[in-house]
Amino acid sequence: MAYIDTIIAGFGGQGVMLIGNLLAYAGMHAGLNVTYIPVYGPEMRGGTSNCTVVLSDDEIGSPLIPCPKSLIIMNPPSLDKFQSQLEENGHLIVNSSLVDASKCDTKRFNVWTIDANAIADRLGNTRMANMVALGAFLKATGILTIEDASKALEFVISARYHNLIPANTVAIEAGFNEAVKL
Amino acid sequence: MANERLFIKGNEAISRGALAAGCKCFFGYPITPQNDIPEFFSEEMLKTGGDFVQAESEIAAANMLLGAGAAGIRAMSSSSSPGMSLKQEAISYMAGSRVPAVLVNIVRGGPGLGDIGPSQGDYYQSTRGGGHGDYRLFVLAPSTAQEAYDLTIKAFDVAFKYRTPVMIQGDAILGQMKEPIVPWIPETLNNYDVDTWCLHGTKGRKERLVKSLFLNDGELAAQNLSLQATYDSWTSEVMYEEFECADAELIIVAFGSIARITKSTIRTLRAKGHKVGLFRPITLYPFPNEALENLAKQGKKFLTIEHNLGQMVDDVRLAVRRHADSDFFGFLPGNLPSPIDCEEPILKALKA
Repeated sequence: MAYIDTIIAGFGGQGVMLIGNLLAYAGMHAGLNVTYIPVYGPEMRGGTSNCTVVLSDDEIGSPLIPCPKSLIIMNPPSLDKFQSQLEENGHLIVNSSLVDASKCDTKRFNVWTIDANAIADRLGNTRMANMVALGAFLKATGILTIEDASKALEFVISARYHNLIPANTVAIEAGFNEAVKL
Repeated sequence: MANERLFIKGNEAISRGALAAGCKCFFGYPITPQNDIPEFFSEEMLKTGGDFVQAESEIAAANMLLGAGAAGIRAMSSSSSPGMSLKQEAISYMAGSRVPAVLVNIVRGGPGLGDIGPSQGDYYQSTRGGGHGDYRLFVLAPSTAQEAYDLTIKAFDVAFKYRTPVMIQGDAILGQMKEPIVPWIPETLNNYDVDTWCLHGTKGRKERLVKSLFLNDGELAAQNLSLQATYDSWTSEVMYEEFECADAELIIVAFGSIARITKSTIRTLRAKGHKVGLFRPITLYPFPNEALENLAKQGKKFLTIEHNLGQMVDDVRLAVRRHADSDFFGFLPGNLPSPIDCEEPILKALKA
C-alpha cells in the first residue's frame, strides 16, 4: 500500500503552501488519492505557515494528521513545533541553511538535511529553496519521482511564470541529489 | 471540463456545483472560512450571465435570496456561523412562504464570534430550523470535496421539488481542504411547478402572493399542516453511508469532516481486531432514523462523535431508543479534531 502524510512548515513567503500543492498535484496525476489542507489564519509574510498533505492509494480519512510520517522543515521555529509530533522512524527533512540540524533526533527519526537556500542561490534564485527541499523529500520517501513533481509544476505556478518551470525542475533535481542522510 | 479532475477546496467544489446546477444569483457578505465561495462567484457567476452581489450585510443578502427565490430563480447565499445567525429571520420567512433557496454554512467555532477554526456547533440551528416558528430545513452534510459538489447539485433540485430552503452544512475543514473532484453537469434541470407560483409579472395572468402571513381563520393551521406533510415526505430522500457496520459491535455515528476523521481511527482499530463501524448521516434532516434503528435491533452499541458538546447525539438516541442508547464523545470547538483523540473513547465504549 502506498501511503505517506507530511507536514510542510516554514516562514510565510518560503513557499511551503506552493510545494504542498505541488506534491498533491503530483500525487493526483500519479493516480493516488490526495488531500491538502493549509493552516490558515492571521498569518502574514514573515509569520509561520504550514500545510498537511496526504497521499494514499486507499480512501483518505482524516486530512488532519497529528503524528505525521514525515516533515519538511524550512525554518527553526517549525522544528521546535513539529519534531515532537513526528512518528517514530519518520522522515525528517530539514533545511540546514536556516535550521541547526544538530537539534534533530537522529536516533528516533530518519533525518535528511538539505542546504536548500545555498543550493537555490547557486542555481540563481533563492526563492527556489522550497523546490530544493521538495527534491530532498522525494529522495527520502521515494513516494513519487522527480518527473512526477516536474510535470505538476505547470498546475501550481501561474501562467506568466511558466518560463521558470525548467529552472524549478533543476532545483528539485538538485535537492534530490544533494540531500544528506544523517 | 467533463470528467477532467480538478484539485480544489471544498468551498470551490460547492461553488462549482452550484453553477452546474444552474444557480443564477449569489448574495453574500464576507466571513472566514467561507470567503472562497463569494470570491469564486464574484468572477465566475458573471461569466454565466448571472448576478453576484456583495451585500451590505448578511441580513440583506438573505432577503435578496428570498426575493430571487420568490421570483423562481435558482439562487444561493453562503456564510459562516455568526453570519448564518443573522440570516435566520429571512430563512424562517422562506420556509413559511415556501420559497426555494440554497444556503451554505461553513461552520466555525462558537458561540458568538468564536474562532475561525472548524466546528459542528450549528447542528441544532441547521436541523431545528434556526429561526422562529415551526419549520425544518433540508440539511445536507458533505464530507469530501466531491460530495460537496454532488450535494450542492442535489440541494437545488430538492429546493425546487419541495419549495423549501435547503442548508448545506460544512465546516472549516471541508471548506479549506483541497481534494480532487470529477465535475459533472446534470442533463436536465427541473424547476418542477415553479411557473404555477413564482412572481414573474402579472401580464396575462391573475396576481399571486408569496407570503408567510396567514391571518384568516384556519389558514395558518393549513399552511403548517402542509409544511409538516412536506417534511414527512422527505424520508424518501434520506442519505447515509455505512462503513464496516455488518460485523461491528460498536457503531460510531458521525457526520461531515468528523466522520472521515473517525474513519481513520476505525481503520486503525480494525487493524488491531476491534469490531468498530461507522454510520454517517449525509442528510442531517431528514435524519436516517430507520437505518439506525435497524442497526440497533441487531444489538449493536452506539457512540456518537461530534465537533461540539453533543447535539446530533439527541437524534441518534431518538432513533435507537426502543433498543439501545448512545454514548457521546465531543471534540471541543476551538481545538482541531484528531483521529488519535477519539481512540480511547471508542475503546471505552466498546468495553462498556
